[in-house]
Amino acid sequence: MNVFVTVKQTPDPNSTPKLGDDFRLVRDGVELVMDQGDEYGVEEGLQLAEKTGGSVTVVSMGPEKANDAIRKALSMGAEGGILITDPGLAGSDALGTARAIAAAVKDKGFDILICGTESFDGSTGMVPPQIAEILGIPHLSFAKKLEVEGNKVTVQRQTADGYVMLEAETPVVVTVTGGLNEPRYPTLKGIMGAKSKPVENVDAAALGLDAGHVGEGGALVKVAGVDPAPERAAGEVITDEGQSGERVAAMLAELKVI
Amino acid sequence: MAEIWVHVEGYEGDVAPITLEILSKARTLGADVVAVAMGSVTAHNARLGEYGATKVLSDARSEHDEYFVLPAVEVFAALARERKPAAILFGGSYDGRDIATRVAARLGVGMAAFATEVSLEGEDVKVDVPIFGATLISHKVFAGDRPRIVTVRPKAFAAEASGGGAPAVEEVSPELGDATRRVKVLETKVEASEGPKLEEAAVVVTGGRGMGGPENFPILQDLAGLLGGAVGATRAVVDAGWVPYAMQVGQTGKTVKPNVYIAAGVSGAMQHTVGMKGSKNIISINKDEEAPIFKLSDLGIVGDVHKVLPQIIDAVKAKKGG
Ligand SMILES: Cc1cc2nc3c(=O)[nH]c(=O)nc-3n(C[C@H](O)[C@H](O)[C@H](O)COP(=O)(O)OP(=O)(O)OC[C@H]3O[C@@H](n4cnc5c(N)ncnc54)[C@H](O)[C@@H]3O)c2cc1C
Ligand SMILES: Nc1ncnc2c1ncn2[C@@H]1O[C@H](COP(=O)(O)O)[C@@H](O)[C@H]1O
Repeated sequence: MNVFVTVKQTPDPNSTPKLGDDFRLVRDGVELVMDQGDEYGVEEGLQLAEKTGGSVTVVSMGPEKANDAIRKALSMGAEGGILITDPGLAGSDALGTARAIAAAVKDKGFDILICGTESFDGSTGMVPPQIAEILGIPHLSFAKKLEVEGNKVTVQRQTADGYVMLEAETPVVVTVTGGLNEPRYPTLKGIMGAKSKPVENVDAAALGLDAGHVGEGGALVKVAGVDPAPERAAGEVITDEGQSGERVAAMLAELKVI
Repeated sequence: MAEIWVHVEGYEGDVAPITLEILSKARTLGADVVAVAMGSVTAHNARLGEYGATKVLSDARSEHDEYFVLPAVEVFAALARERKPAAILFGGSYDGRDIATRVAARLGVGMAAFATEVSLEGEDVKVDVPIFGATLISHKVFAGDRPRIVTVRPKAFAAEASGGGAPAVEEVSPELGDATRRVKVLETKVEASEGPKLEEAAVVVTGGRGMGGPENFPILQDLAGLLGGAVGATRAVVDAGWVPYAMQVGQTGKTVKPNVYIAAGVSGAMQHTVGMKGSKNIISINKDEEAPIFKLSDLGIVGDVHKVLPQIIDAVKAKKGG
C-alpha cells in the first residue's frame, strides 16, 4: 500500500504562542516540532505500510525549517519526503495550503493520505478535507480507529456521543485523532538512515499553482485586527491544609448548587 | 435582502442545539434566514420557524443518512451556485465542520472556523474567532466570492425561541451522482453515560492527567452525582484511553458553560480552556501552584486531588444532610 502522510512543523506545544504585527504566528526564536497530531499520522501510516507491504512518504509545506519535520518522519521509518517550500506560498490560508499539497501528491498514486485532525497552531482542521475535495476523493475524518482490507478502508469516526463506522474505497484521505496508536521514537539507526533518504523540494511553479490562488495574495480570509479577550477576574488561590473541602462546599452552597 | 443560510443538524432524533443557537443569532443580522435541512432531520422543519428561519430548503432523501457528508456537500454547492446566499453558517461540530470545509473548497470561497461572533454589514460578513485558548479575539474579514462559509463554536450564542410561525418549506433535490455515495455509514454507536449530558449539565467535574489513572475517575462521578452534574475529561486523559472521547472538553471536544466547573488535576492548556472558559464559576485543584488553570479560577486549591476530592465529598454530604 502506497501511504502518504502530511506533517506540519508547528511551535512546541509547551511554548507560549505570540502574534507578530502582521497577525501571523511568530516562528522566529520559537522551538518548532512536528505537530503532535501528525506523529499519530506517521505512526498509523508506518503500521499500515508494515502490514500491507508498502511504504510511507511524507509531505510538508513550509519554510526550509519544515525539513526537520520530514526528517523526523524519515527517522521513524518513512521512506521519502516532499517539501513544498516557496516564499510565494507564505501566508497561504487553508485552501491555499490544501491546493499546494493536493498538487504535490496528485500524481503519486497514493492509496491513503493520512493527516492530523487539526494542527496545533492552525487548529481548524480545514486542510485535510480540502485536499480531498480538490483531488475529488472522499475523506474520512476524526478516525479513532483505522482498518484496511484490500481497497476498502473503514474508520471509527468520533461523534458527540459515540462513533460512526464509515467505509470507503481507496484512494482516500483519512484524518486521525490522538490515541489511536503510540507513536514510536526514532531509533539511532533510524536517525542515521534518515540522512540518506530522498527528500524532493518543490516550489509553486513546479506544482503549476496559480499565484492568485495561493500565498498571502490568494488568501480568502484576512485578519483585520486582534484584541485581548475579556479577562476573567482573578480569583482566590488557597493551599490545602485540610480546610478546602469546607471552603468548596460553602461556595457551592452560596451558588445554590447544594 | 441578503440571504443567510443555516445548516440544520440533527442530534438524538431532534434538531441539534447548535442549529437553534445559530438560528437565534442569524435572525438578528437583518437578513433572510433560510434553513437547509437534509435527511431525517427534515421531520422537524416546522420547529425551525420558532427560532427564526423564515424558509427551509428541505431535501428528505435518505442518501443523506446512508452516506457520509458528500451528498450534503453536493446539495449545498448546487443550491449556493444557483441562489447565491451571502453566507452559510454551520455548527463547529463534527458534521458541520466536515461539510462546511468541503463546500468552501468546492466553491473556491473563504471559510472562517469556530466563530463566536458574526455580523453582517451590507452583504458582507465579519466574524470573531477566539485564538490561543480564547486569550485573544481575532477579527476576520473575507475576500473573493460569496457565500462566506462560517462554522460557529457551540454555545457562542443562546438558543432562544422567537415565537416565529411555521417557515415556508421548499423541497429541493439537486442531482446526487454516484460520486456522492462513496462513503457509506455502516453503523452509528452511542456510548451511553450516566446522569445529565456534559453539554447541558449545570455542574461539570473534569478530571485531568493529575487524577493518576482511570481507577480514580469514580470519585469524580461520585462528586458529580452529589451535585447533579456530569463528568468531563481532558484530551490527555481520553487519548490515554482512561475514559471515552465523548467526555472530552476543549477545542476538539465539547464546549461547556456550566454554572460550576470543577477541574481536578487539569493543567489548563489553551486547547482545554477554550472549551470551558465560559463557565460561570471555576474551581480548580492542582498540586502545582504555577498551573495555568489557576489564572482563570474563581477558587484555586493548591493540593493533591486524592486528598482534596474526598474532603469536598464529605463536606458536600454534610451540608446536604444538614
Ligand atoms: C490540536 C490540539 C487540540 C487539542 N484539543 C484538546 C481538547 O479538546 N481538550 C483538552 O483537554 N486538551 C486538548 N489538547 C491537549 C492540550 O494541549 C493538553 O495537552 C491537555 O489539555 C493536557 O491535559 P491535562 O491537563 O489532563 O494534563 P497535563 O497537562 O499533564 O496536566 C496535569 C496536571 O495535573 C497536575 N497534577 C498531577 N498530579 C496531581 C495530583 N495528585 N493532585 C493535583 N494535581 C496534580 C499537574 O500539576 C498538572 O498541572 C489539544 C492539543 C492539540 C495540539
Ligand atoms: N503546511 C502543512 N504541511 C503539511 N501538512 C499540513 C500543513 N497544514 C496542515 N497540514 C495537515 O493538516 C492537518 C490539519 O491541519 P489544520 O487544517 O491546519 O488544522 C495537520 O495535522 C497536517 O497533517
